[in-house]
Amino acid sequence: MTATFSEFRRRAKSAIEDLRLQGALDDGTGKLWEQRRLTFEELPNSDAMRDHFKLIRSATLRNLAEHLETFERNATAAGAKVHWARDGADACEIVLGIAQDHGVKLVTKSKSMVTEEIHLNEALADVGVQAIETDLGEYIVQLAKETPSHIIAPAIHKTRHQAAELLSRESGRSLSPDDLTTLTGEARKLLRERFLTAGMGVSGGNMLVAETGSVVLVTNEGNARMVTSVPPIHVAMVGIEKVVPTWDAAAIWLSLLARSASGQPLSIYTSVISGPARAEDPDGTGEVHIVLLDNGRSELAGTKYEEVLQCIRCGACLNVCPVYREAGGHSYDSPYPGPIGAVVTPLLLGRESHEALPHASSLCGACKDVCPVRIDLPRMLLELRADQVEEKTVPWSERKVEETGAFVLKHEKLMRFMTKAARLAQRPLARNGRLRLPRRLNPALERQLPALAKRSFREMWKSGELEEKR
Amino acid sequence: MTQSKRVALCVTCLVDQVVPEVGVATVQLLRRAGHDVDFPEAQTCCGQPFYNSGFRDQAIDLAKRTIEIFEPFDAVVLPSGSCATMIRVEYPHLLEEWHEWHHRATELAEKTYELSEFLVNRAEWSPEGEFEQVRLTYHDSCHMCRLLGVNDEPRQLLERAGGRITEMSESDRCCGFGGLFSVRMPEVSNAMTGEKLRQACDVGVETLVTSDPGCLTQMRGLAEGSSIKVEHIATVLEEITR
Repeated sequence: MTATFSEFRRRAKSAIEDLRLQGALDDGTGKLWEQRRLTFEELPNSDAMRDHFKLIRSATLRNLAEHLETFERNATAAGAKVHWARDGADACEIVLGIAQDHGVKLVTKSKSMVTEEIHLNEALADVGVQAIETDLGEYIVQLAKETPSHIIAPAIHKTRHQAAELLSRESGRSLSPDDLTTLTGEARKLLRERFLTAGMGVSGGNMLVAETGSVVLVTNEGNARMVTSVPPIHVAMVGIEKVVPTWDAAAIWLSLLARSASGQPLSIYTSVISGPARAEDPDGTGEVHIVLLDNGRSELAGTKYEEVLQCIRCGACLNVCPVYREAGGHSYDSPYPGPIGAVVTPLLLGRESHEALPHASSLCGACKDVCPVRIDLPRMLLELRADQVEEKTVPWSERKVEETGAFVLKHEKLMRFMTKAARLAQRPLARNGRLRLPRRLNPALERQLPALAKRSFREMWKSGELEEKR
Repeated sequence: MTQSKRVALCVTCLVDQVVPEVGVATVQLLRRAGHDVDFPEAQTCCGQPFYNSGFRDQAIDLAKRTIEIFEPFDAVVLPSGSCATMIRVEYPHLLEEWHEWHHRATELAEKTYELSEFLVNRAEWSPEGEFEQVRLTYHDSCHMCRLLGVNDEPRQLLERAGGRITEMSESDRCCGFGGLFSVRMPEVSNAMTGEKLRQACDVGVETLVTSDPGCLTQMRGLAEGSSIKVEHIATVLEEITR
């Protein structure tokens, strides 16, 4: 996974030119944002709630190790097996080991961004284990052999016509895109067979509640319930930053998560898994494994980027981001697109390989405004850019341009001289206040760059003509 | 006449070099609001482009220079929401490690204003007279509305001057400029500007008004041939209240 400047631009260009994708993206993000706005309006004290939640998140992260140990102790007491994974390779090995120990051939999965982060499906496929995504959006994306393009709405870039085509191909029946009941019914039928035959269910986790050692899953389709209770084994893979000390704090988290993500007061299903089925339970899974994934997270604790660990992956920042809404999720080539992805992807998956992402933002700040934890994403994008300059990963030519520019601007006389020279130089190209550059020479492409004015403001001021206007 | 109040104009690079008429209009408006305008000629750039690109050392040098030039004045006015944000919000942050500079930055921040906010809140100026009605829509520039929290003042001024504002569906959606972003990611930037102009054209007014020269030149770059004129609030106000 990489996102250099040319890669990001190429992918964004094709997304911008894909009118079907643009329509789907506009619709999807627009609806999610509008619903989010409406449910927050219902909340009389949402600002205070967000402030409070931020305190919970930052305090928890300050004592991350302690809360994780409490979680481990309580989860173990409840009968779950807790695994610690330093990185993606570690985590894949743990899951593969569990699968192979039990001769698992088919895995059902409920939506999980961390398993996308570590490419678990590919690792399973390499040893002959098939993984089927059961979140409808994820399933559609998997059928299309694509990756999710949004944190909570993985198929947001697809229209229902495209979804119908994919499901028709899979089921061998011709399904109408206008009949949503039949469409989802068909998906349900296809998935139901998998739920019943899978040897293992793999889920993510929205929260780890330390005081009871519980994994909490939030869905709207009920698929996570099937994944975590029908197969004999359940593996939950969760990033270590998702821990919350108490159920009181978890309640605020849940309430802000559903509202921010999909504009619901609460998601349709909230599943709490505290260990495997007890002897007296009529059903449930026999084994529960919880894989706590670090993969670069603990290294951010205590740094200027610690705040990014407060993210609860609600996806609200994507829906309001004007860059995401044009470029789409695949431009970022990361399980985490949009503003949060532009920050977290370089930090977790490699700064040089994702050099363009800190620049995939106009720094408009809409993300910070909508974030339930008020993460200052624009500030962190600026920090990442400053790090690139500091670490000298900025191209030499750009460095020279910036340094020369600043030098000129530190000397007013020199600036006057340079702008005068530029004004002469632009003469053949300037017309009606714009530079008429041939497109291939125009860094702004079809947008016309402004020309320098015939006379600068300071020249007018100096000439005294502004005095006459009194 | 009572002693007139003095205010320093920080004209900003784009206004100085690209749209000087905005600077002229700003001076006129400030005078109409009863202020004498100073223009310290040593001024150049507030450093924002360098700051936004990660070139902190260069930004710091320009910030210190700007502080030295403007700190002798009682008030500093900028016809740009984003440059005003640079001085007001980012300078104190940028210089927080140097106690003395941080102090000076904070003092300057406290007397620095974006034009419309200065006219409404500090000069308490209201255009008076019978003005021709103009139909327009207003684009909230990102830093001005989100970091300075100034979105009411420009609308108040425009409306008092006879402007009839029809709001776009997302008046605070970014115009796509973002400084160097607009040439680093031109495809996305232009698509964003296209969306902005579409929304502005959809409301069916003649003029799209903004308080930021960056947004102004960005939107003008794609607005040629479309049904809407893009104008800076200073020139619009100056013209109708003349």
